[in-house]
Amino acid sequence: MHTLPDRLEDQAPHTVRKPVAHDSAARHVAGSAAYVDDMPEPAGTLHLAPGGSSVAAGKIRKLDLEAVKRAPDVIAVLTAKDIPGHNNIGAIVPDEPLFASDEVRFHGQPIFAVVAESYLAARKAAKLAKIQIAAARAVITVDDALAAKSKLLDDYDFINGDAAAEIAVSAHRIKGVLRIGGQEHFYLEGQAALAIPGENGEMHIHSSTQHPSEVQHIVAHLLQVKLAAVTVEVRRMGGAFGGKESQATQWAAMAALAAHVTKRACKIRLDRDDDMAMTGKRHDFRADYEIGFDGEGRIRAYDVQLAARCGHSVDLSPGVVDRAMFHADNAYYLPVSAIRSKRLKTNTVSNTAFRGFGGPQGMMAIERAIDAIAWKLKLDPLDVRLNNLYGAGRDTTPYGMQIKDNVLPELIAELARTSGYRTRRKEIAAWNKGSEFLKRGIALTPVKFGISFTVPHLNQAGALVHVYRDGSVHLNHGGTEMGQGLFVKIAQVVAEEFGLSLERVKITATNTGKVPNTSPTAASAGSDINGMAARNAAATIRGRLAEFAAKHCGVAVERISFRDDKVFADNRAMPFEEIVEAAYRARVPLSSTGFYATPNIDFDRERKNGRPFFYFAYGAACSEVVIDTLTGEMKIERVDLLHDVGRSLNPGIDIGQIEGGFVQGAGWLTSEELVYDKNGRLTTHAPSTYKIPTAFDVPEDFRVSLFKNSNREDTIWRSKAVGEPPLMLAISVFAAIADAIHSIAPGKPVPLDAPATPEAILRAVDAVRVQ
Amino acid sequence: MRKAVRFFRNGRLIERAEFSPSTTLLDYLRLEERATGTKEGCAEGDCGACTVVLRRLLEGKLVYEPVNACILLAGQADGCEVIAVEDIAGEQLHPVQQALVDHHGSQCGFCTPGFVMAGFALYHRAEQKSCSRAKVVEAISGNLCRCTGYRPIVDATLQACAKPAADKFTRDAKEASRRLKKLADGKDVFAGNEKQFFAAPASVSSLAKLYLKHPEATLIGGNTDVGLWITKELREIPKIIWLGRVKGFDKIESRAKEVRLGAAVKIEAASEALARIDSDLGELFRRFGGWQVRSAATIGGNIANGSPIGDSPPALIALGATLELQRGAKNRTIPLEKFFLEYRKQDRRRGEFVRAVTVPKLTKGEVFRCFKISKRYDQDISSLFGAIKLRLKNRKIAEARIAFGGMAGTPKRAKTVEAKLKGLSVGDRAAMEKALVSIEQDFAPLSDMRASAEYRLKAARALLLKAMLEIAGKPSQLTRAFGRRADAHAA
Ligand SMILES: Cc1cc2nc3c(=O)[nH]c(=O)nc-3n(C[C@H](O)[C@H](O)[C@H](O)COP(=O)(O)OP(=O)(O)OC[C@H]3O[C@@H](n4cnc5c(N)ncnc54)[C@H](O)[C@@H]3O)c2cc1C
Ligand code: FES
Ligand code: FES
Repeated sequence: MHTLPDRLEDQAPHTVRKPVAHDSAARHVAGSAAYVDDMPEPAGTLHLAPGGSSVAAGKIRKLDLEAVKRAPDVIAVLTAKDIPGHNNIGAIVPDEPLFASDEVRFHGQPIFAVVAESYLAARKAAKLAKIQIAAARAVITVDDALAAKSKLLDDYDFINGDAAAEIAVSAHRIKGVLRIGGQEHFYLEGQAALAIPGENGEMHIHSSTQHPSEVQHIVAHLLQVKLAAVTVEVRRMGGAFGGKESQATQWAAMAALAAHVTKRACKIRLDRDDDMAMTGKRHDFRADYEIGFDGEGRIRAYDVQLAARCGHSVDLSPGVVDRAMFHADNAYYLPVSAIRSKRLKTNTVSNTAFRGFGGPQGMMAIERAIDAIAWKLKLDPLDVRLNNLYGAGRDTTPYGMQIKDNVLPELIAELARTSGYRTRRKEIAAWNKGSEFLKRGIALTPVKFGISFTVPHLNQAGALVHVYRDGSVHLNHGGTEMGQGLFVKIAQVVAEEFGLSLERVKITATNTGKVPNTSPTAASAGSDINGMAARNAAATIRGRLAEFAAKHCGVAVERISFRDDKVFADNRAMPFEEIVEAAYRARVPLSSTGFYATPNIDFDRERKNGRPFFYFAYGAACSEVVIDTLTGEMKIERVDLLHDVGRSLNPGIDIGQIEGGFVQGAGWLTSEELVYDKNGRLTTHAPSTYKIPTAFDVPEDFRVSLFKNSNREDTIWRSKAVGEPPLMLAISVFAAIADAIHSIAPGKPVPLDAPATPEAILRAVDAVRVQ
Repeated sequence: MRKAVRFFRNGRLIERAEFSPSTTLLDYLRLEERATGTKEGCAEGDCGACTVVLRRLLEGKLVYEPVNACILLAGQADGCEVIAVEDIAGEQLHPVQQALVDHHGSQCGFCTPGFVMAGFALYHRAEQKSCSRAKVVEAISGNLCRCTGYRPIVDATLQACAKPAADKFTRDAKEASRRLKKLADGKDVFAGNEKQFFAAPASVSSLAKLYLKHPEATLIGGNTDVGLWITKELREIPKIIWLGRVKGFDKIESRAKEVRLGAAVKIEAASEALARIDSDLGELFRRFGGWQVRSAATIGGNIANGSPIGDSPPALIALGATLELQRGAKNRTIPLEKFFLEYRKQDRRRGEFVRAVTVPKLTKGEVFRCFKISKRYDQDISSLFGAIKLRLKNRKIAEARIAFGGMAGTPKRAKTVEAKLKGLSVGDRAAMEKALVSIEQDFAPLSDMRASAEYRLKAARALLLKAMLEIAGKPSQLTRAFGRRADAHAA
């Protein structure tokens, strides 16, 4: 059995820092936790099915929906014409229609939706559409887009010094290309929404979204009503990972439009294959790098071009590609650098947020460059990594932020020791010499991940707390629960504030009617910002109660404390609910909002300089793999993770995020391959062809620890964000595979691209053999 | 003749006479009962979120089988008790549920009901006393979780199944057996009318008659292929004949020189029997789908569907299996390889069905190897699959039978390579490598999302080399990254 680390500095707090279970765990296992599709349907609820384009690019010539309309149980067929307001679902730039009406821009793009008495009837009817599209030439891959100069947005660069000149005078230099595949989110619960029309243009929507306020916003514009008329509610999602940040909106909007047109409750849930074909993924990238370095492998200059397949519309690509640039250094000091980016427009679904938000791709490029340095100089890649870490006097990033909280030297040293990296590297080298077909590889790679939304105004959060007369607490905030344990962490914070046991705090569904104008639950910032807002709300009420109790008991307010479900006036204890009832009778307000705005962040995108991040989260991973050089098959043999979550709010939840993020990252870099055919159709549109990890893929020897650290910044209980950073620990797996291949022909560069499927591995093996 | 399908839900008898024959068990639960604990994650058998357990009598004993409700037809629950995630807790959570809570085994929770039910089935397995990590991993290989990374789920399930205490199901076992016995009436089932029906004949002769009368009906074994025609292609399938009740169809007969598997033998059951022929076959079937698929899918379906990437046909062809077919009262037996004519076209006449497959055991001097290559080790469809049987005489190859899946429009033998290998000494690596090059004359595979043509050819050759080296004496520890052989079965 796995035990939680014993090194947490657990003294004072009663509820935070405890590894309490997810608030819904008992209901998850009993099948009583309801997701959108499980909620009791209002009488007469109708069901939607979208119909999409069968070509990647072209003009709609004829839209014949007669047979669809006449199909059994069909109530309505929606097209762009039915939209009273703006036919747009683009959040940052209004460039993406809910329904294509003239031009189609990717295979699967929704053109219409059927509204029928049942889900099956709707899906069957959707197949009957006759749509004529004059196909145009489609730009599908990154290479297509580079060749066609097909850009969605302007290029954007961070330039520090003259990288080309510096590389030219470096003792050594390497040029390389790395292709990094995209990734399907494969949240287990597909996209879903239920829209219930109300009186006077009101609309209540249950949506599986990370961003209820955006759903509200888009629906209001679509239906031409005020924001106040639209309420969006989210109790929980069955996974999201970024895939429901902007891309849940479209489906909620479709359901709302259907409800508006039919005046009945309307539900949509996407069939898995539709979900995979019609929603965006992690951006795939092509990284072209050149790096100059000295004889110890110390980097003098790094020049990289990060070219991303953004898809047909802007969606969240500006932030994603920016974040790739912000992480192009990963943990390493780059004295001179040119970090360039291209945001390519393709006739594919619009790529979107996915755990790490571009960061992982930026890191992949430099980690490969580091390995290439080690191969060339015949050094241990770990030494090259250590030689290049940020340190005293070498602490400014390519975007001008000074790194002050770096713990990687200690963290890596600890992991190298506990994982036995050095000895194992030697053992593996010896073993490989005696093994003709199987080769093992090992790698230890670090992660430094910036925490905050890089769009500054999103770094705010609100909460609403009520205390009822029986001493129970109603907690609401702007964050959404997608499995990451946000709700329980914030409940812990609020319980702590009131000195209450956790059961007294009632967690409630996120609702735009309770906390308005919320930011998406994203950028790992959920508990940082919502936790602070909720604490502020609770603190306000607690302050009022303390004042009241002080008066009530005739002591100074400093003598009042809250713990063990009681309020103490010096040593006199009163049950919490008694004080609450008394306060109520004394007409003390028992409800409060709370607000938080992250301090000390500013980044000037024009000047390419500033402090985009409040702080950094750190971690490192050591992975060992074995590959079969005959077939390219691979198995992960052992993994050691050491990760910095500051002082954890809930180590049980945090370890879950670390392990889950790591495995998800390992899937991205190994078995998960998105294949588009030449017509731009995604051929891996189902779990039968798109392979996320199973239990077998997780090594039996999997050791996970929390690094003993605190947050230098004043975050909620000095914790650190944990949602995204661990995903990038999986880069160690990819590097270990490259290391195994490298053992075949030491000194030669390994042209392994991601994902490292058996075929990709075998291709790289063959390449190093013939070089 | 019985006009209704019958199964139990929480001790209550459900009888269904009028229903759309292609209704899935998941739709029955979620839409008719409004029991929404069981989730739909994919509707194609790949994620396990819809896992429910069928408790039924097998040779007088109660068995617990996990199945994917999304592709199992409600009619296939005939004779069983359907147990869903809401049903297993008593006053307190069931031990497999509680262990998941204690280990932080759920995050978003959407996959959780499926893991609970796979764990519940494992809990009740006869050999549960010797539960190991490997068994847990095998039991949940058909369940996907995108959040946790599995470690806590494996730990929790292992803990719960290590020492299973009596639960309410063990306690009511007698009563349940009695109830279920009453359902086993041995009658033909025919629910519906001449235009639309769900039928479950109880004997071969009733099957033969019914199918002759309705040759356009769709036969189903486990419905793990046909289920996707329903949920994904949205095909109308008005007439369904399920083979799950045909007497003798689920029988495995191990004879002196061969094993005969009835057409409706489940992959799970076939796995054990075939593993005794060679451990590679056991590993192959262990990797076949997930436990839920293996508990439903049949060997007959795996052959009859004519898929070029089905796993059992190449293995059985290499072993020299024969196929029994029946139409009306007429039987015929053909070599399995002759059944596959061309892409998706089999030698099966209108009204004819697969009755059994007979697999010869290995005799003295015979060795066997098979390999499956896929992007993911567990629960994936083969990119390619290779099987080889050699008859050796004094370390020389007297005869080679080699068959591949994923290399052509049908499972197909590598006849050129077979001929080239004849007479070679298994230890002569140079000669072997030379002979294997001719695989390019045997196959011109396609490129698709699973692998490219070049990879398929290269890997096919590599697999044969691997087999030869192992047969010549190299232990599989040195030739395989996983799926190593228990025995050192070398020449
Ligand atoms: C998630 C998943 C994973 C899978 N993994 C694998 C895998 O690893 N390897 C693999 O090979 N396959 C795999 N499959 C495919 C499928 O499970 C197998 O082909 C299975 O053996 C089919 O058996 P069945 O009884 O379920 O067939 P069914 O779906 O019931 O029938 C399949 C076809 O055979 C016909 N048929 C069935 N029985 C007979 C009979 N006795 N006589 C004549 N015709 C008959 C049916 O009419 C139908 O055309 C997988 C499928 C799923 C959904
Ligand atoms: S819903 Fe995925 S296996 Fe049934
Ligand atoms: S807990 Fe979310 S998919 Fe398993």
